[in-house]
Amino acid sequence: MAGKKSTCPVCDELDDASMKSDKTLDCTGLFCPLPIAKTRMVMQKMMSGEVLEILADDPGFLKDLPAWCGLSGEEFVAVKQTGNVYKGYVRKK
Amino acid sequence: MNNKMTVILFSGDLDKALAAFTLATTAASAGMDVSIFFTFWGLNILKKSRFSQTKGQNPLQRMFNFMSTSKLPISKFNMLGLGPLMMKIGMKKVGMAQLEELMTLARSLKVKFIACSTSCGFFGLSKENLVPEVDEFAGASTYLAEAMESKINLFI
Repeated sequence: MAGKKSTCPVCDELDDASMKSDKTLDCTGLFCPLPIAKTRMVMQKMMSGEVLEILADDPGFLKDLPAWCGLSGEEFVAVKQTGNVYKGYVRKK
Repeated sequence: MNNKMTVILFSGDLDKALAAFTLATTAASAGMDVSIFFTFWGLNILKKSRFSQTKGQNPLQRMFNFMSTSKLPISKFNMLGLGPLMMKIGMKKVGMAQLEELMTLARSLKVKFIACSTSCGFFGLSKENLVPEVDEFAGASTYLAEAMESKINLFI
């Protein structure tokens, strides 16, 4: 997986500077369903419009985060890959 | 109205229970109302004590509860209990959530636990034999009424 480009075309154009978040959640070392469940729990305590950054290394996270946003109604911002770690960004609706 | 999901957990296998709880917690994390109906061997997941022997049980019920316990087997490579042990160790090694953690997570996400009253009657299990997290005891009509409103219905 190391060095593999993100499959999301939009994400590659986004650099670190453009990714501002209000809170970071570290889910590295965790597998499905924990990263998503933790994301839900943290987001419930956030304010509308705030962005949560989630770090994860479960490869499923790349597809699971946008899918979860579609189900929960939260706004999917991006998911980027750096090395073995994925950084997901979600804005609370 | 929220989206709904119902799961019938018929199996008392550890691996199948893990799959059910993974889906249930994920759905609840997405804001869905989730109910799990525990029926037949699935009741083993809810047993408070391993053998769940109580006074009112007839010899057959005692036998069933003695042979099929809260010590859950796995559906493949059970090897008289060695399989589940190895699975738990393997899951811990890679950082996967254990069933107990997923059950606690499910409760905090307000997943509803419903025990099938007919199965409870068959095994001679009462409220006292099951964990306090059980929300209600109900039958097929309750399941069907909930399933009618649900977009996702699973039988595991």
